[in-house]
Amino acid sequence: MTEVAEFDVNSVDLSSLDFSDLESKYNVKEENSLIDRCVLCDGAPIAPESKAPVLKKVLNKLFSQCGKIEDIYLPIEDGKTKGYLIIRYSNSIEASKAVNSLNGKKLDIKHRLLVNKLNDIEEFVLSGKISNEFEEPLFPKFKEIGYLNSWLIDNNVRDQFLINYDQSVGINWFRKNLENEPVIPFRNQWTSTYMKWSPKGKYLFSMFPQGVQSWGGSNFDRIHKYLHPGVRLIDISPNEKFLVTLSPEPIMNKLDLKPELRNDYPFKDEDIGKKLIIWDISIGLPVKTFALPPNLENTNRMPWPLIKWSYDDKYCARQGPDAIGIYETEKDFQLLDKKLVKIDGIVDFEFAPSGIKLANSKKDDPLDIILSYWTPESENQSAKVSVMNIPSKTILRTIPLVQVKDIKLNWNESGKYLCCNVTRHTKSKKSFFSNLQIFKLTEKDLPVDKIELTDLILNFKWEPKSNKFITISKIDKGEINNQSNIATSSSINTITIFDIEEVKVSNNSSLKKWVPLTNFSDSLNDIIWSPNGRFVILTSLNENLSKLKFYDVEFDGEKSKEQNKKVSSNLKLLKTNEFAGLTDIQWESSGRFVTAISSFWKTKINNGYTIYDCVGHILKEEHINSFKEFLWRPRPIKLLTNNDKKRVRKNLKEYAAQFEESDTMDTNAALRELILQRKKLLNDWKSYRSKTIEKLDKFIIKRKEIELEKVKTIKEVIIEENEEVIE
Amino acid sequence: MSSNKSMRPILLTGHERPLTQVKYNREGDLIFSVAKDQHVCVWYSSNGERLGTYDGHKGTVWSVDVSLETEFVVTASADFSGILWNAENGKILYTWNFNSPAKRCELSPDNKFLFFLTDQAMGQVGTVKIFQLNTSDLSKQSDEPVLEILNKGDASIKPTVAAWSYGGKYIITGHADGSITKYDATTGEELNRVKAFKETVTDIQTSSDKTYFVASSKDQTSRLYDIDTFELLKEYLSDAPVNSACITPVKDFVLLGGGQDAKNVTTTAGGEGRFDCKIFHKIFEDQIGRIKGHFGPINCLSTHPDGHSFVSGGEDGFMRLHHLPKSYLDFQYEVEKTAEALQHQNNENPDALKVDA
Repeated sequence: MTEVAEFDVNSVDLSSLDFSDLESKYNVKEENSLIDRCVLCDGAPIAPESKAPVLKKVLNKLFSQCGKIEDIYLPIEDGKTKGYLIIRYSNSIEASKAVNSLNGKKLDIKHRLLVNKLNDIEEFVLSGKISNEFEEPLFPKFKEIGYLNSWLIDNNVRDQFLINYDQSVGINWFRKNLENEPVIPFRNQWTSTYMKWSPKGKYLFSMFPQGVQSWGGSNFDRIHKYLHPGVRLIDISPNEKFLVTLSPEPIMNKLDLKPELRNDYPFKDEDIGKKLIIWDISIGLPVKTFALPPNLENTNRMPWPLIKWSYDDKYCARQGPDAIGIYETEKDFQLLDKKLVKIDGIVDFEFAPSGIKLANSKKDDPLDIILSYWTPESENQSAKVSVMNIPSKTILRTIPLVQVKDIKLNWNESGKYLCCNVTRHTKSKKSFFSNLQIFKLTEKDLPVDKIELTDLILNFKWEPKSNKFITISKIDKGEINNQSNIATSSSINTITIFDIEEVKVSNNSSLKKWVPLTNFSDSLNDIIWSPNGRFVILTSLNENLSKLKFYDVEFDGEKSKEQNKKVSSNLKLLKTNEFAGLTDIQWESSGRFVTAISSFWKTKINNGYTIYDCVGHILKEEHINSFKEFLWRPRPIKLLTNNDKKRVRKNLKEYAAQFEESDTMDTNAALRELILQRKKLLNDWKSYRSKTIEKLDKFIIKRKEIELEKVKTIKEVIIEENEEVIE
Repeated sequence: MSSNKSMRPILLTGHERPLTQVKYNREGDLIFSVAKDQHVCVWYSSNGERLGTYDGHKGTVWSVDVSLETEFVVTASADFSGILWNAENGKILYTWNFNSPAKRCELSPDNKFLFFLTDQAMGQVGTVKIFQLNTSDLSKQSDEPVLEILNKGDASIKPTVAAWSYGGKYIITGHADGSITKYDATTGEELNRVKAFKETVTDIQTSSDKTYFVASSKDQTSRLYDIDTFELLKEYLSDAPVNSACITPVKDFVLLGGGQDAKNVTTTAGGEGRFDCKIFHKIFEDQIGRIKGHFGPINCLSTHPDGHSFVSGGEDGFMRLHHLPKSYLDFQYEVEKTAEALQHQNNENPDALKVDA
């Protein structure tokens, strides 16, 4: 221990010390000081002295809205009021409120009030800190992000995927048979929880306690911040125009924030207290805020998304008790026709995922936007499923249903069919079974096909880009009462594939109906279709050891006997793989590759991922501690016409040759050298040949000219001879 | 057409002595062959059936050529003569007489001229003699050459083979010392001379447009030259003396034929004479295949004008006619496939984004 020196405070000369830095640092302005409580109001009418009391009374009334007024000082000079006044409130909060709400207020046509805190006038105007000259505000420099779809023009047409593990997030190019090639270096702390791609892959969103951030371009630069403290859930509209965020924390009043945060605070007074925000992704500003419906305020299981979008992002809708609100995104999110759509008892609704050409629409009509919803049985009413046209709100068709427990609205991707998976109870209400009601929206009068089953359907999935579907069902003997434990792995389910059979009813019309192609028993619970259709994985997620069964529904080979001959599909089990701790399956958006994932969030075994090709061959396996998520980057809709696709298919071998070459070049550096050298040789030879051929052509032309020249001279000679004879 | 599925060569037996040259006519339906047995044979190329012979030479026939319309045939022989034959009936139209053996003859591309290469022997100078053909009456030819290109050295550098260039513009000669020379075919001026090989040049055959040629040599190599620039384009390395080489049309291949000299065969270990015909990739210079069959060195090779078959003539006195299988014709390097695919796509859709590899 060092000895403590004797210290006598009195012996120090305080006057010689410079405290100015400390003073400025700890200089706390006294709240509620006199000057803090005063506001200066300019722009008031200039009235003769006689009218001054009246004016004072009017202004007193106006300003007392914001709080208790202690005093109003209305200076009078030369028998007239001066057009400004000072109001003193009982506290500074009231004064701030007055500035916020009354600044810019129009008293009448001619007079507009300018309200400022006296304190601010003092600080900014009188102190001379702010010059009287107008200074153009500095516009933030435009930040170049680059082409947001740049990844689509990769020379080798490779896919990108994101992996989120431990504390880092990486984005890689997928290369068959090769190590991943990072697109950008791994980033630590890029998200506090999860990451999300927009539906067409243009943006990447990351989550932070203070809000959401969007990223894009070839270097994944930050595009915007979407300030929403405590944000939990996000959703993106189908065309990547809007972002929806939900936080349990209500939007705060600007005044309650720390002053340094106030400047860029994007919310207005009317947003305060709301929890659901719609953002315009491209400008990064909120466009609409909603409060949570009261029934969802304290729920543990938040239904998500709360906002549903029409296929073209033109409308969005949300459900409230006994009504849905439909908003027009192009008209500042106004309610369609300025009112809610009243639907008593509405349980769920769903937009069609595509525009639909209804049978009665004319050739040049735009595609129709359709919304479907259902209402349950009530005392005197049957349950109903309806489809409604937007924006006309005309109901196109309603079907009544009885003994209904639940209805799931499953839209086919094309929007042509809507399959209602109706869970019904027997009269005794002891057990359940299912009916499928399929609306055919493009046909006249919207006919509805009914498929009656004795089984209870546990899972239903349309095939993307097709009209087939798969159901997983089992016979309910009364033991299934609770929806949540339906899918118990030990049970044996029936898996059925349905396809359309065309039945001729007359010479020029045929009836389409769904018939089972085949069915078989298995314990699997989950159906995961390739986004391009044709291939499907049947599996059971969240088991210790899951089976992944890869099926082809259009197998190009002999059709087994037990399959229905009347439909064209042909089911074939291609391969069965096993994966421990399977929590998710992610198809790459072209359907070429598929990834099985074991996420640390749900299981602690086998964390990592395995990439398969579409027929189930393992291409890549990686085990990563604390592996969280794997996300293929989605791709936009293909712009190729059917003819283009046909041509590609026809020349598939030629394309394959190119890709195989680049694959070989990637896998082996020596081969790569050789291929590049051969390429050079081939090009050299070609240019040599074209030069030679050009030269040869010139030579031949010249030869011919010479020949012609010779013929001419011969003729000339003969003519001369003739002349001589004449002489 | 015989089956293309398996490559079963047709054995053409008609000559009794080693073959010296084989040649297709322009259409490729006939094969003309000459050998040391004094006969000139003509065969159907489709099935190998012999159509007939031209008889009249009294010594080894070294060289043969056939006119564009297959009207007449010209041969050069060791009996100091060159003969012009009526192709149809085998009658002798005209005989040129020389003072030394005629080793090579060829008609100019327009068939208005022909040359004979006479050997540097019997005290004569090796000479390329160019004659103008009287096409109006084939039986009345001039004995006087329009041009003579004399060898300017001793027998060690005598010309051994010769060929016309495109348009009859030049004459290319190969020499005993391994050099090749280009002469102007109208003035006889020596334009280029390159020491291409270490040993004697055995054959020169031009591409179908006669703008480049392949020369082969006893030094086990074969080389591709451009006629205008006389620039070495490619080199093909064999493992035995090369007696003949030809460029295949359609596919970018070069065929090389040869083998150990007959007199050395017994001294070679293992009795392996390497009498096979080797297929090289013309551009990449790789050997991509070989075809066995002859039991003596291959002396001469010629390909069908459509590139689908070729014929080889051997020291063993046999000719082997090969119809090439589909796998051979389909063979492509990856880079060739890619280049073709790219070109195809660009032709089909010229506006398409050009992917630069």
